[in-house]
Amino acid sequence: MPKRPKMYGLLAEYETPAALYKACERVRDAGYGAWDAHTPFPVHGLEKAMGIGPSLVPWIVCVLGFSGAALGFGLQYWTSVIEYPLIISGKPFNSYPAFVPVTFELGILLGSFGAVFGMFGLNRLPTLYHSLFNSKRFARFSDDRFFISIEARDPKYDPDKTRKLLESTGAVAVEEVED
Amino acid sequence: MSHYIPPTHEHDIDPVDGRMALVQGQPTFHEITEAVAKPIDSPPKAWWIFFLVSVSMLGLFGLSVAYLLWEGVGIWGNNIPVGWGWPIVNFVFWVGIGHAGTLISAVLFLFRQKWRTSINRASEAMTIFAVICALMFPTIHVGRVWVIYWPLPLPNQMQMWPNFRSPLLWDVFAVSTYFTVSLLFWYVGLIPDIATMRDRAKTAIRRFAYGVFALGWRGSARHWVNYEAAYLLLAAMATPLVLSVHSIVSFDFAVSQLPGWHTTIFPPYFVAGAIFSGFGMVLTLMIPLRKWFHLEHIIGIKHLENMAKVILLTGTLVGYAYGMEFFIAWYSGNPYETFVFANRALGDYAWAYWIMVSCNVITPQFIWFKKIRRSPAALFILSIFVNIGMWFERFVIVATSLHHDFLPSSWAYFSPTMWDWATMLGSFGLFFTLFCLFVRFLPIIAVAEVKAVMPQANPHYHPPGHEDPDLTSSASGTVQSRDDHAAVKTAVTSGEESSKVVVSKASEPDDEDEDEDDEDEPDTKDEPIVADEPEPEAKAAPEPEPEAKAEDAKQEAAADDDDDAADEPEDKPLFSKDPADKPLFSKDPADKPLFSPPSAKKDDKADDGDDEGKED
Repeated sequence: MPKRPKMYGLLAEYETPAALYKACERVRDAGYGAWDAHTPFPVHGLEKAMGIGPSLVPWIVCVLGFSGAALGFGLQYWTSVIEYPLIISGKPFNSYPAFVPVTFELGILLGSFGAVFGMFGLNRLPTLYHSLFNSKRFARFSDDRFFISIEARDPKYDPDKTRKLLESTGAVAVEEVED
Repeated sequence: MSHYIPPTHEHDIDPVDGRMALVQGQPTFHEITEAVAKPIDSPPKAWWIFFLVSVSMLGLFGLSVAYLLWEGVGIWGNNIPVGWGWPIVNFVFWVGIGHAGTLISAVLFLFRQKWRTSINRASEAMTIFAVICALMFPTIHVGRVWVIYWPLPLPNQMQMWPNFRSPLLWDVFAVSTYFTVSLLFWYVGLIPDIATMRDRAKTAIRRFAYGVFALGWRGSARHWVNYEAAYLLLAAMATPLVLSVHSIVSFDFAVSQLPGWHTTIFPPYFVAGAIFSGFGMVLTLMIPLRKWFHLEHIIGIKHLENMAKVILLTGTLVGYAYGMEFFIAWYSGNPYETFVFANRALGDYAWAYWIMVSCNVITPQFIWFKKIRRSPAALFILSIFVNIGMWFERFVIVATSLHHDFLPSSWAYFSPTMWDWATMLGSFGLFFTLFCLFVRFLPIIAVAEVKAVMPQANPHYHPPGHEDPDLTSSASGTVQSRDDHAAVKTAVTSGEESSKVVVSKASEPDDEDEDEDDEDEPDTKDEPIVADEPEPEAKAAPEPEPEAKAEDAKQEAAADDDDDAADEPEDKPLFSKDPADKPLFSKDPADKPLFSPPSAKKDDKADDGDDEGKED
């Protein structure tokens, strides 16, 4: 008898953002932890229905943005005052007003790196393989369908009870996904 | 009985906020995906023509740069005193065009202008390609391209560092930062749409290529939270960036001591000019594109009109700056300054100056006329004039200020050589080649963002016909098929339903939509749309089968789309008693209007006129 493949969890499909929103509130209230919703676009207010806290990206941007600005000013100060002091147009070595543009640009540059690569890091992207891609239905998440996935590793996960819960939320389809 | 519908051809009303829907014809999410992805699957024939022409022009660019490297900058018309010549004119021209993309994507995003979603992707691509073209020109203008890395603060064997007090060095940092941030912003916006392309790809190569760039995106709500935070912060940082970049480009001129350049008005004047020329180029690109790619329902007349208004505003600001430069030249009493400006308007380059004024100051004033700013053909012609005018603005600034400087013995006249022309045409080839490749392989509309501003994307949106018992006390229907797109389609057009959904929205505690949109749509918010009381005959009319209704609705919607495409939309009445007009709202049951007639027996709450379009 072939061994039953390991399961990633259950995947439920919904047809409207409203249905998904309600279902997410139900799953959240049932106390699951390792679950997620998948939508073609960011659904307004869904993070509340799922109980997701605020993003950490702003902190990363803040730290990197100010580091970039400090780096930019430091670079100009070090090269113009310490490493290679040279009188240009009779201006002081530390011509800080003239250093503003580069300081600003480097702050923006590193802040943007923080936003993009911080987002990638928090989202664990790139993840080119994911168990959910085993589901044929799931391909429509990027078109017009809305999904909830509950992972088997969740302590509250029970193949039958979880399936019942999802079916009772108005899902048009519930299926198991192989890991 | 009042039928207030604003005088416009855009019939579809967003039932949640009561304004004109941004996407016309009430498509489903899937139809949006298909509409955007179809040209990628099967490009129109015209694409090949454009691509081949662009690639030939790109070849011209390669040829002229190769000859330049072989022979040196002497092949250009640059001379002393006009040492900057065409390369810097073209540099500023392209950088200016590169400003509308980030303005549309970042500034309009911060102001919650939802209409940006239809045009931001293509304008961001335009930005990136324009900045690539711009970066070419200082690179080849230095003459010795192989030492172009000298402005970068790299440790080197000469133990020298760049001069950070020079605006030209600021420019290196500003433009390269701008390019990098614009590219990141564009790519982050593309990730969900590349995932869409991956998931509908039919060939393995496409699935692999899109799959790699989609990074394994799976639309996770937990990812969207970080994604939206990152996107918002990128917009917040790109907004001061876009203003700083063209300010710094203007410092190249303004920080010098040259009359005609040394003015404090330059930074705001350059920024306004950049937005002006950038929106001009967006219109030049989008007006043909929306037609060839059949995207008129996504990039509607309203979008073009809004862009035209930005052009009118910034064009007028630029005109003000032209006037103010002359005023200050006179008011300062500085003889050199006065001379430069008199020479600008009346001297050797007066022809260029007056071309610039006609194109930049007079052309945009036509936009005051509603007929013109709602006509794609007229806007296309205007946008060409804007492009020409803004190129001449940079030419006037560079050439007229340099060619007659302090000593008459050093005066000279600059005229371009054949290679100047070839390089400039070639840079258009580079730009259009990149743009052709973009429209060929990537979705030119931000699919995920457009879907997110459609009415049915709101989780509090309930297609009339299935009320949510939590939200409306008067609900009597039961929730039937949840995704009956036909129900959505039929319901949204009915005025009664809009007022009803607005009512149900007001009763929700956590709705956050009020802050979303401050675009100046006329009146639909303040004056609720009141439609007919249902006539008894209408009630008694036999109810067609749901599928049949869906078909009808689809056909009618398709018919309306065709009407949208026409350039003379105002002629079509929204309300009409004449069945030949196929109005959207009608008392006559024979018209088969888009909303379905109510079934009399099912619902007895007819007194508030709420239940048209309720479906079984």
